[in-house]
Amino acid sequence: MLSAEERHEIEEELKRYPNKRAVSIDAMKIVQRRRGWVSDEALRDIAELLEISVDDLDGVATFYNLIFRKPLGRHVIMVCDSVSCWIMGYDRVRERLTKRLGIKMGETTPDGRFTLLPIVCLGTCDHAPAMMVDQHLHRDLDPEKIDGILEQYP
Amino acid sequence: MEKVLTRYILPDGVPLDAKTYEKAGGYESVRKALKMAPKDVTETVKQSNLRGRGGAGFPTGMKWSFVPTGPNTPRPKYLCANADEMEPGTFKDRLLLESAPHQLIEGMILAAYAIEADVAYIFIRGEYVLAIERLQKALAEAYQAGYLGKSILGSGFSLEMYVHASGGRYMCGEETGLLNALEGKRANPRTKPPFPQVSGLFGKPTIVQNVETLSNLPHILNHGPEWFKGLSKSEDSGTKLYGVSGKVKRPGLWELPMGITIRELLEEHAGGMREGLAFRGVLPGGASTDFLVAQHLDVKMDFGEVQKAGSRLGTGTMIVLDDRTCPVGMVRNLEHFFAQESCGWCTPCWSGLSWSEQILTSLEEGRGNPSDLEKLEFICKFCAPGNTFCALAPGAVEPLQSALKYFREDFGRHIQAKHCPWR
Ligand SMILES: Cc1cc2nc3c(=O)[nH]c(=O)nc-3n(C[C@H](O)[C@H](O)[C@H](O)COP(=O)(O)O)c2cc1C
Ligand code: SF4
Ligand code: FES
Repeated sequence: MLSAEERHEIEEELKRYPNKRAVSIDAMKIVQRRRGWVSDEALRDIAELLEISVDDLDGVATFYNLIFRKPLGRHVIMVCDSVSCWIMGYDRVRERLTKRLGIKMGETTPDGRFTLLPIVCLGTCDHAPAMMVDQHLHRDLDPEKIDGILEQYP
Repeated sequence: MEKVLTRYILPDGVPLDAKTYEKAGGYESVRKALKMAPKDVTETVKQSNLRGRGGAGFPTGMKWSFVPTGPNTPRPKYLCANADEMEPGTFKDRLLLESAPHQLIEGMILAAYAIEADVAYIFIRGEYVLAIERLQKALAEAYQAGYLGKSILGSGFSLEMYVHASGGRYMCGEETGLLNALEGKRANPRTKPPFPQVSGLFGKPTIVQNVETLSNLPHILNHGPEWFKGLSKSEDSGTKLYGVSGKVKRPGLWELPMGITIRELLEEHAGGMREGLAFRGVLPGGASTDFLVAQHLDVKMDFGEVQKAGSRLGTGTMIVLDDRTCPVGMVRNLEHFFAQESCGWCTPCWSGLSWSEQILTSLEEGRGNPSDLEKLEFICKFCAPGNTFCALAPGAVEPLQSALKYFREDFGRHIQAKHCPWR
């Protein structure tokens, strides 16, 4: 069930659009902000509130990169794999990350602390290579900086 | 050089609040425009020759003139700021969003007034967390000061403005994909006609405009079209945010007169190539533009001149290829991006782009053969403009077709050596 707060926040969004389905992405993000991901149950509840079919909403959910239909780790690392970061040594940054965390891209560490994902250009190409951890941008990366950054996210 | 777009930006990048912004001359253009007829605002922008900074360079005033205006037009009408910025190698709108949010809002009020829009959305990619925070704050201040909401400054003109943070996908930046995303749907493009100016968001007349384009408007209104034309060194008016990334000494972003040459940008502003490296080529305006090479260094970075040289100004943020980086690997990285971001609507795009990625991967891994180059050329033709529903696929093959032209030897070396010569 959607919590009162989630419902309230979704209803605030509804004021900004002329119809209910327009807030489908916002609604999923609102739920995800609190729960970390969008479960089948959450998807059903949102679809019901917005009066659209569950399949339709799932089709929207799976189209977008930042809507997660599977549970993630406590912290999400998104490493830019686009062209400027590739030129500036993205490979070495990715290798250090996968080695330190003992997982491949797309996986979560067994202790549930980190999920490692690729992301397209983060719009900070003059400071490549770059990655985001949760809401924070880390730039001008090199493999030596990785351990120190990971320590900031217990 | 006169600073226009970056005039209000402090060295630490923290934006001015509404009061300080007003003291520095901010929102003056709104007071001025509200005394003009909407069509005269459009006319001023037309006269200024402002061309869209989102990549295609379409004349802004002309775009507005297709919107039906007057008492009997369909309502509400919409304005959308395109702040999606997901084109690899592009990092210009981020600066304007994070460090000059009031300038964008001011520009949006002017555009909305000219087309008589009732509601405006800032469509921004979800990863731009700081920009979203700062925009929300600036919007609240603008409402407080009476620049947004009901009857702005007592003029009778009303405008609501909201931020929409995207769910994330490159296709959201395409103008009609953006409209579908705002309607809570998958960001597939729409058939044109009807054009968004007539039937766009929720079926109503809509203008989609890039952040940098909109940020120019207050200055054009304040100082006039002739002044704006005079800022440039070329046919195209105004200044431009130019960026350089890759292995240069000082990668960065600068506001410079439109029409500066590639050489000036690379050597004077970006400090030239890093020690021990030589220049091989450049994508002048983001991932979906054709490579230019040494013979093009004196080409002016404006819409017409870059096109004459065989590429596009695009977003004006260039990606530099040096002589120790593999051109085949670089193009493989680009095609991986485009194949992944294809929305899957048309065959040349979804099938052609993933096929090109497979071929480029096999070349990199030493499994290539000479017929691969013909296949790649075939894919480029297959994805040419006119064969697909939107501009993603034609843009995607621009770096590929030009790499085959300028770096053909490098492709050949992979096939002969049976491995990547750069590893
Ligand atoms: C796949 C694709 C992605 C695009 N992404 C963006 C973008 O992120 N920002 C942008 O302003 N324009 C983008 N565009 C161009 C828009 O379709 C549109 O032309 C532009 O927003 C119009 O604004 P302007 O006239 O101010 O340049 C993209 C186009 C395509 C085909
Ligand atoms: S060209 Fe590609 S991205 Fe554009 S509509 Fe066709 S399949 Fe979708
Ligand atoms: S390519 Fe990585 S930030 Fe732009």
